[in-house]
Amino acid sequence: MSDFLRNIVRFLLFILVQVYVLNKIPHLHRFITPYVYFLFLLWLPFSISRIGLLIIGFMAGMALDFFTMTPGLHAAACVLLAYGRPFVINILTPKDPTEFNYREPSPKAMGWTPYLVYAFVLTLLHHGYLTLLQWLSFGTFLEFLIKVVATTAISMLLIITTELLFPRRMKFRTNTA
Amino acid sequence: MRNIFLFIRRFFTVIVFLVLQAVALWFLFTYNKFHKAKGLGVANEATGWFNSRYNTVEDFFKMKEENRRLLKMNDSLMNLLPSNFIKADTSVLIKKDTIPFDTLGNFRHYAWREAQVMYNTVNAEKNYVQINRGSNQGIKDNMGVFSSDGGLVGQVVNVSPNFSQVMSLLHVQNKVNVLVKKTNSSGTLSWDGIDPGFLSLSNIPKSDSLVKGDTIITGNYSLSFPPGHLVGTVAEIIPDISTNFYVLRIKPGADFENLQQVMVVENLQYEDQDKLLKETKKKIDDPKKSNR
Repeated sequence: MSDFLRNIVRFLLFILVQVYVLNKIPHLHRFITPYVYFLFLLWLPFSISRIGLLIIGFMAGMALDFFTMTPGLHAAACVLLAYGRPFVINILTPKDPTEFNYREPSPKAMGWTPYLVYAFVLTLLHHGYLTLLQWLSFGTFLEFLIKVVATTAISMLLIITTELLFPRRMKFRTNTA
Repeated sequence: MRNIFLFIRRFFTVIVFLVLQAVALWFLFTYNKFHKAKGLGVANEATGWFNSRYNTVEDFFKMKEENRRLLKMNDSLMNLLPSNFIKADTSVLIKKDTIPFDTLGNFRHYAWREAQVMYNTVNAEKNYVQINRGSNQGIKDNMGVFSSDGGLVGQVVNVSPNFSQVMSLLHVQNKVNVLVKKTNSSGTLSWDGIDPGFLSLSNIPKSDSLVKGDTIITGNYSLSFPPGHLVGTVAEIIPDISTNFYVLRIKPGADFENLQQVMVVENLQYEDQDKLLKETKKKIDDPKKSNR
């Protein structure tokens, strides 16, 4: 499967899982909203251009927004995540390109610790901004803080579970491709 | 000029980022105010398609529960049939007419339609219900929605040709005028966003003697809901020390975690009443007409 096709399938799967599984589970607690759809953006190839990343982020956010009737909310958070992603990757990956020949971020490509730091920073960025926007219209400051921490923790749990359950077969970057 | 182009090229990513942020935030803030957004009607059709696919599966698992509710509702309607009653006086005939106008001057105020729930959440702070009826089927904004066992669900806020979005009672911006059935005192029903199992009702004076389980019904002054329909029951009574009012925790009559079939009620006099209200306001509040 080509990268393009694979990412489209992933996009659909992540949005559908988010909308029909995670948003539909019985109420756990008011501070906990499980989110995992943005993992799609974390899994995009390294080679993608920054502009492309921003636009894909916007589209992914809007797709979810139309289901949850909050136009712009997740889109704004995803665009911020997409903007921050290249900076985090730059810090966490080795500078020498010969050492580094995987196509997309994964625990195998980056090592577990750098990958988890990468996921954590971007998750926190996404949830922080998302909750901030929600908090502007409703809630107190303490609730805002607790909610950011709680949703980030749940998301990290979901991300680790997903990584362990679905290890991606990593193709090396080769000259022939 | 060259410098401007250089500047744009150098900061192109940042500019795209800022533009996309601005678009997203513009969507968000205009939507929160008016419950309308650009392109939401089209998107509603698309999400509706996915939701109806999902719903065919979901229906299968929730059928039993839904059947029980329908049976209960049917049972209560059966009890209202005229054949259940013996008329003491045969010279008086009571006839109910279903056509809008009859020669005796009866006219229909509310019309009910059934609809199916396509998508519904309880986890967010702003929960919406999507139903499979839209403007093609005569649904308009501000119509009331009740669950299949008669409990209040919410109010239509956005309509596309074949689907519409209902603001559920579990929405932090939701405010509904309701009555305590026993004492007829009216209060405001809202949701604090904490627990989808409970709503809160304020402005009920402490002079009312209330007990747990008292019924709360829809108020008389709403343009969207017919009066006297079930909203919920009192679950907990908290006296507010600083004021003269109770704060009541209400258990909603509709089961929000398990909504399948709903009824949409149309106020046939809505436009008339709405026009009158607006014109009255204009007439009274107009500062130029002070010579009354």
